Amino acid sequence: MRVLIAEDHALLRDGLIRLLEAHDFEVVEAVDNGPRLVPALVEHRPDVAVVDVRLPPTFTDEGLRAAIDARGQVPGLPILVLSQYVEQLYARELLTGGGGGVGYLLKDRVSNVAEFLDAVRRVAGGGTAMDPDVIGQLLARNTKDSPVSRLTPRESEVLGLMAEGRSNAAIAAALFVTEKAVSKHTNNIFAKLDLPPSEDDNRRVMAVLTYLSSR
Amino acid sequence: MTTVALTEAPPMRYPRLAQPWIALFLAILAELGIALFVLGVVSVPLIAVWVGIPLLLVVVPTTRWYANCHRTMLAGFLGERIPRPYKQPPMPGMLMRIRTIMTDPQTWRDLIWLLVNAVFGFTLCLLSAVLFLATLFYLVYPLLVGVTPEGVFTEPFGGLFTVNFGTSFLLMPVALLAFLIWQAAGERLLKANAFMARSLLGPTESAKLAMRVQELAESRAETVDTQAAELRRIERDLHDGAQARLAALSMNLGMAEEMVARDPAQAAALLTEARESASTALSELRDLVRGIHPPVLADRGLEGAVKALALTCPFKVDVTFDVPGRPAAPVESAAYFAVAECLANAVKYSAATNAWIQITHEDEKLHMIVGDDGVGGASIKPGGGLYGIERRLAAFDGTLTVVSPNAGPTTVIMELPCESSSLKTTPSSGTA
Repeated sequence: MRVLIAEDHALLRDGLIRLLEAHDFEVVEAVDNGPRLVPALVEHRPDVAVVDVRLPPTFTDEGLRAAIDARGQVPGLPILVLSQYVEQLYARELLTGGGGGVGYLLKDRVSNVAEFLDAVRRVAGGGTAMDPDVIGQLLARNTKDSPVSRLTPRESEVLGLMAEGRSNAAIAAALFVTEKAVSKHTNNIFAKLDLPPSEDDNRRVMAVLTYLSSR
Repeated sequence: MTTVALTEAPPMRYPRLAQPWIALFLAILAELGIALFVLGVVSVPLIAVWVGIPLLLVVVPTTRWYANCHRTMLAGFLGERIPRPYKQPPMPGMLMRIRTIMTDPQTWRDLIWLLVNAVFGFTLCLLSAVLFLATLFYLVYPLLVGVTPEGVFTEPFGGLFTVNFGTSFLLMPVALLAFLIWQAAGERLLKANAFMARSLLGPTESAKLAMRVQELAESRAETVDTQAAELRRIERDLHDGAQARLAALSMNLGMAEEMVARDPAQAAALLTEARESASTALSELRDLVRGIHPPVLADRGLEGAVKALALTCPFKVDVTFDVPGRPAAPVESAAYFAVAECLANAVKYSAATNAWIQITHEDEKLHMIVGDDGVGGASIKPGGGLYGIERRLAAFDGTLTVVSPNAGPTTVIMELPCESSSLKTTPSSGTA
């Protein structure tokens, strides 16, 4: 799988390259600044790009803007954004572009290699990978009259994992239950939230996020 | 309703018809002031024979009270308050009080004012009052001539000529004339008196500067204290948090390194522990950074940061933002933390279901309004959150007003000086 990396910090860049190459990814380019990022993305059209939010020269949200920009030029270009902190505002901006293939994770998540690689593969496959912190904030934001408050604790847990972008199989593995139990919970959640069920992983995440953040 | 305003509302203006009576009252007071002047002047040389000291300690506070009454009354003509520029004794004690009284230039300016007021103030006030009273008098003049015994009201203007009831009507135009003059000059005379009083009772330029310096010294001392406390907190958080965790992490890694050949399972467990420790250290650092300067503020400025803040609130927050460009970094940061604290207060105490934030730039000031539909009852208490914001804003000469009746809703109005020239149109670059 061809991957492009944008990270200004040399240690982290090398670490990412090593980590990804050790797991059979081909790193096509590793850029260390913002202005180079969009052309590189458009030129290489990688299967997935792993992009740091803060990049030179402005050291603000250069990477995020480049990601949105590149996805404007190449619709559906899979980009996984890494950041030192998570901000719902950024998660929304990434998602409002529409289409799948986006992820937004804390840099810490890289340390859990298996989960990180799963997230990269999910984004490359057109899925979504949202940081549990973002989802946690969204779920915490439920007032008494919100339908989310009608969910059982287990259903909330499933909804959280689902919103991160995981498949039923992954949720089942994470919660140590059968896939059948997960799909039962999922159907209950959709019923309680008035969302039409769908086979598409990404669409269900989008639906959940849109629902949660539009309140 | 709890209302705390740092900037006082301007005093009420006197209605026109009340002015002659106030003027008359002021004229009488001006003459009574002479007694205070005499006592004041006499008490100073009497200090030599000790009698002056108790006399001074009675006369000066009385004079100050008397002058303060005038400061309040005259504010109605000036449209603004006259500050009370008296020096406070730096230390308690009788001698210190006398010393402060004697060295305070305002003590002497008060005395001069008593004299000036008795002469010019009296004249101006009386003139203004007499013009109006003359109008009334000459309006009812024929009546007076009619009802009083012969010879009392028949010789106007000090006996220049004699009138009877019939010809007394000829003096009616004098009423009109007096009225016209009063209409044109009555208020101005009183204003002139008020201006004169202000020049003596208000602070001198140097007193104004001294007051301002005092104010600035206080707010600077507080800012320095807050900064120092903040640095201590950061140091403690780093020392007890991230630093300790990183030390444990490196210890675990060392043990794992040493154990990897002998006991791979144990080494793997240590590595897992190390990774978790690293994650916790990172999340602690993240919280710390957010407390110092939120990254989103550096990235997106006040607008983005406030919008991001609104998104993390458990209830709906409407954000209106209308500021051209970006304020200077310290102002931006102060504004952000002020709004964040208000919102945090609303989340903690108000039980609100809706809140709104409005940030605009007008008259070289950043206006920030944070309102919620909660239970209200918020007030500025020393040590409280709102007090903290007030102090934080005071460092920038900003103000905070809370309107929060007990049944709600709560509105916090904040103003922060921010000149247009300090508004940048291009985003400022942060640091990595």
